[in-house]
Amino acid sequence: MARRHHDLGGLPAGPVDRSEHQLSDWEILADAINQALGEKRIKRTDEMRRAREDMDSEVYRSLTYYERWIASLETILTEKKIFTREEIDRKVAEFEKQWGEP
Amino acid sequence: MRVRAEERPGHIRTPFYIRGRVGWVEKVYGDFLNPESLAYGRDGLPKRTLYLVGFHQKEIWGQYRAGAQDKLYVDIYEHWLEPL
Repeated sequence: MARRHHDLGGLPAGPVDRSEHQLSDWEILADAINQALGEKRIKRTDEMRRAREDMDSEVYRSLTYYERWIASLETILTEKKIFTREEIDRKVAEFEKQWGEP
Repeated sequence: MRVRAEERPGHIRTPFYIRGRVGWVEKVYGDFLNPESLAYGRDGLPKRTLYLVGFHQKEIWGQYRAGAQDKLYVDIYEHWLEPL
């Protein structure tokens, strides 16, 4: 029976890091966008989970919490044809030009 | 009852460590839209009954050394449960 990359219950994990940390602006924004899309009934938590679970495992493990959220939102918004991958890539390229490497 | 030891692709709501394990129904929460359907943008119908299922910790973890009476509770949908 295969265990998927998100399903870690019972695996050795070491001590839990309980330190508080400040959220970055982009993380707060990611949360806000996520909630707004939920409020508008564009996506559901279950879809977000499915998108994270279906990511490439190496990519999944390399991303931070909110990076996984953003990647999941991109997947769902492109699936639903609200954005195309090209539109997202174009916008990211614009930001990179304006602000430097993200 | 036993948790189905099913291998199924895609989004499932039953964690790996509890599949195939034997427990008892502690509580019936009621009927809810099926998250395994909602996960794909579908309507989640028919609704599925969600149970709080209890297990003995020592039966779940080979190395469990805490209290012998310790219990573990997991929310599990009806389609993941089968009679013994």
